[in-house]
Amino acid sequence: MQEFLNMGGYGAYVWPSYGITALVMVVLLIASLRSLRASEATYKRLQAELGQGEEQETETTNGDEA
Amino acid sequence: MHRFANPTRFLRIAAAVQPWVVGITALLFASGLYMAFFTSPPDYQQGETVRIMYVHVPAAWMGMFCYAAMAIASAVSLIWKHPLADVAAKATAPVGAAFTFLSLVTGSLWGKPMWGTWWVWDARLTSMLILFFLYLGYMALQGAFDDRARGAKASAILALVGAVNLPIIKFSVTWWNSLHQGSTVITMDGPKMDASMLWPLLLMAFAFKGYYVWVMLVRMRQELTANKVRILRLKQAHGG
Repeated sequence: MQEFLNMGGYGAYVWPSYGITALVMVVLLIASLRSLRASEATYKRLQAELGQGEEQETETTNGDEA
Repeated sequence: MHRFANPTRFLRIAAAVQPWVVGITALLFASGLYMAFFTSPPDYQQGETVRIMYVHVPAAWMGMFCYAAMAIASAVSLIWKHPLADVAAKATAPVGAAFTFLSLVTGSLWGKPMWGTWWVWDARLTSMLILFFLYLGYMALQGAFDDRARGAKASAILALVGAVNLPIIKFSVTWWNSLHQGSTVITMDGPKMDASMLWPLLLMAFAFKGYYVWVMLVRMRQELTANKVRILRLKQAHGG
């Protein structure tokens, strides 16, 4: 295990490479998902406020989650 | 092609495809990472640092792939006014910027132990840095106009002009002297790499591609929902 983490003496370069890659990709994914949820919530709220029953064709895609 | 131009239909297809994309991406990451760390050997010259390749090279490929996708979508948006093309280009930009950033940082972390320096101003590294700035410029330009349509048009033109950088990146290691090694995967004679390293590299490359499709679908859905919100806000402002 110690040997694996040491990476032949290059652990200080290998692990940060994987670490920053994972960090950037996870942050971008979560930010995108949260922004989608926020937009969908705003859309539902506005639709309820306007009380639009006739806009069924745009409604069909709105029920699914991210 | 125009069957998919309808945003409502696109949203329905995107929602149906997404679980598959997520599952396939997770499988590719699991197998790619396992091979990258456990079955692939250390390099005879570069030792264990060669494992940086399995994130560095896919990130660099995707940085370029996303830019090409963004430029093509921008062209389609400018020429045919396809309603989804602009949304796709816009959704791609931050993902491409993230990948390009990662290729620069992991390249630096690989360069320090192998070349003895974090950075050199040679053609490959500099053209990759320019690619990163092109993404930032594209995103900044998009938000710089009050009129959204003008912002979209200006940034689409920037994306097209910047595409000239892509062949420069690809051939930079051939045209100029560079510390960066030449192509070993995409060559005229096929890959010059052992299968034990080529497999994890390709798996990771497809994992990155799956991740891109996933995030792009999420961001496109967000953008289309935000458009619908704007329409409702206008209706509200005009008294329904």
